[in-house]
Amino acid sequence: MSAVATSARVAAGELAETVADEVRAGGRFAGLFATGRAGGSTTLRAVVARAGSLVLTEAELGPGESRYPALTPLVPAASWYEREIHDLFGIEPSGHRRLDPLVLPLRAGCHRPRPGDPAGTDRIELDVAPLPAHVRGEGVFTIPYGPVRSGVFESVEYLVETRGEEISHLRTRVYHKHRGLDRRFSELGVDDALLLAERVEGTAAVAHALAFSQAIEELAGIEPPRSAQLLRVLHAELERVAVHLDSVIRHAEGAGQAVAYARMSRHREELLRLRARLCGHRFGRGVVVPGGVTGPARAEPEQALAHVNALEAAIAEDARALMATPSFLDRLRGTGVLPRDVAAAHGALGPVGRASGQGEDVRVQRPYGAYRHLGCEPAATDAEGDALARQHVRLAEIRQAFHLARQALEELVDGASSTWRVAVPPVSGVAVASVEAPQGELLYLVEAEGGRLARVKPRSASFHNLALLPRAFGGDIFTDFVFIEASFGLSIAGVAG
Amino acid sequence: MAWVWRGLRDGIVTTRYPRRPDDYGEGFHGTIVVVDHGIAHGDASHRAAASAAFRCPTGAIAESGGEVRVDRGRCILCGRCVAARPDVFAFSSSLEAAAVARTALVVPQTEEDDGALVAVREALQRRVRALRRSIHVRHVDAGSDGSEEWEVAALTNPIYDVQRLGIFFTASPRHADVLLVTGAGTLAMAEPLRATFEAMPDPKVVIAAGTDATSGGLLAPSYATSAGVDSVVPVDVWVPGSPPSPFSLLHGILLGVGLLGSSRPR
Repeated sequence: MSAVATSARVAAGELAETVADEVRAGGRFAGLFATGRAGGSTTLRAVVARAGSLVLTEAELGPGESRYPALTPLVPAASWYEREIHDLFGIEPSGHRRLDPLVLPLRAGCHRPRPGDPAGTDRIELDVAPLPAHVRGEGVFTIPYGPVRSGVFESVEYLVETRGEEISHLRTRVYHKHRGLDRRFSELGVDDALLLAERVEGTAAVAHALAFSQAIEELAGIEPPRSAQLLRVLHAELERVAVHLDSVIRHAEGAGQAVAYARMSRHREELLRLRARLCGHRFGRGVVVPGGVTGPARAEPEQALAHVNALEAAIAEDARALMATPSFLDRLRGTGVLPRDVAAAHGALGPVGRASGQGEDVRVQRPYGAYRHLGCEPAATDAEGDALARQHVRLAEIRQAFHLARQALEELVDGASSTWRVAVPPVSGVAVASVEAPQGELLYLVEAEGGRLARVKPRSASFHNLALLPRAFGGDIFTDFVFIEASFGLSIAGVAG
Repeated sequence: MAWVWRGLRDGIVTTRYPRRPDDYGEGFHGTIVVVDHGIAHGDASHRAAASAAFRCPTGAIAESGGEVRVDRGRCILCGRCVAARPDVFAFSSSLEAAAVARTALVVPQTEEDDGALVAVREALQRRVRALRRSIHVRHVDAGSDGSEEWEVAALTNPIYDVQRLGIFFTASPRHADVLLVTGAGTLAMAEPLRATFEAMPDPKVVIAAGTDATSGGLLAPSYATSAGVDSVVPVDVWVPGSPPSPFSLLHGILLGVGLLGSSRPR
């Protein structure tokens, strides 16, 4: 059950070298997180994924210690994590060469929120002035795109550097949506924190509830009933279909495929309605709880099975037609290539990684819940790395998700037990849980003391992958932008925190 | 050409709402009501006291004057009160959930609220008379969780198809009549939101879409967000829900531009 195999404690000065060694030995850097403590000290925790387990390395910074040797020069994938820690804690990773504000641009000298530390500030003073907006070079200029954008989108600002048409570089600013979730989490009890977890990334509510619940279950040393595990798989896989379908819809819209857009949008509506029939909520909230699920599916499993099958057939048929439409494929082919080596070095997650040859999938590498016996096949991979490859991977994952959902339903038809939930005792300790959310590996670091949550830190796949978005612009032009963004399928809410 | 036939294949799938009631919207769990089965006054106050003791995660349940009330503007529809006290609370429809006054989201309503509400509604209708039957909506995300955007975008799918009602989404605030705001109002979005509002021509209608936009929901109090977008732009219509269902959103838009009958939550 436990996702963390080993955990080591090192001096703050050795953290960078230790993590770099783990990565050199074949590990994938998965995150760096901080917890503030009363009294002013801070714990840093690095997570590295290695051969079916997670390796956790801890280092402590005493009160008044506000610097440590940065990981980024040795492990470039750590860059955004260190910028986030700098924003929220005011801790400086020395040697980090681009410490621009990421999630929270604060006035210099302003108190920091320091999640985990009860004395962290509840008042902040924003200052967006230090964000660079100017570029130098012959004929180069920047175009700000966002935060209010043309259409129904989440708020994010892209700063496009260009000479006129070709996008030479892209900078992303996500701080507009920063909601202070990290601090809010530690003000809530386990029950209410679950509700907040469902709202970190509203479109992946099931995955978040699942990862949070698994962390609590690991700390409590409990295992949810078999039926609950099957129901979790059903909801998680239907959520995967919905999120991937969203990417398909955006591609179709961007390419001006009006009928495909309309039909795929309708399929998604039917899917959300099916999910609501199963649990009362269109986004699957209120299903997964620590210890199991809130109760059986509201619809009869036989009925749900018929709906799932009909929906799968309808989506598959339109997807086939779309992938045989040359005017659609032309827009995606060769667009936004994320090179294989870049994806590997950064440890690109989910469909974005898989489209650039990275096969990792938590359901396969570190199976959890009912995935352990359902036999999840390694997800489809592609090596082209362009928007079309990402689309191929997503469509393959839709097929696989339907297959898993059907398996879970069939087993529920065959024999659902009457227990759906086991009691959760007050928990203490530190746990890192991971699930394969629709956009890739989702991590939850949970730290509890006597039933109180000292720190809950979600790390969405979007946070890890968004840092790669600028690397996918190799000679692409403005009109490619919509496809590159849609093919990354990012949730900004999950990035900004 | 193949796509043309494919597009015609399934006939009309669009809802008849608002002209006719819609079964899905009617049956969908979009609001919480306080169940009233003609309970005697003594029992009612006992019940109110008991259910006030139930701890709502967002503090949406309160007791006043011997009656228990639910503030739909704070409710995130987690359903815990329904599970704990099915004799007091129940889920209800997502149709007709929006309101033209923040106080009207508190149910059951009091008599004196009713009169004030009519006045507010008439004033709003006079203001938007010039908009008639071509409504352009500018959406701004002020710190949503991402699901609200899906529900807003769903309004253009063939099932809701708001274009049939003369409602269109626009990119430019200069063309917009309605400002549809999702999210609790993050500090960093306050300025862009205000600028969007300022750029819109009069008359304009502001809709707070969802519980987060109405009250901050589970996020408030926080150093990073306000407790609802009303502190940034003047809200005319409140749409409850976490996220608000497409039917609730549609009701909110129609209510805001004066294309509906009743404004009272049932």
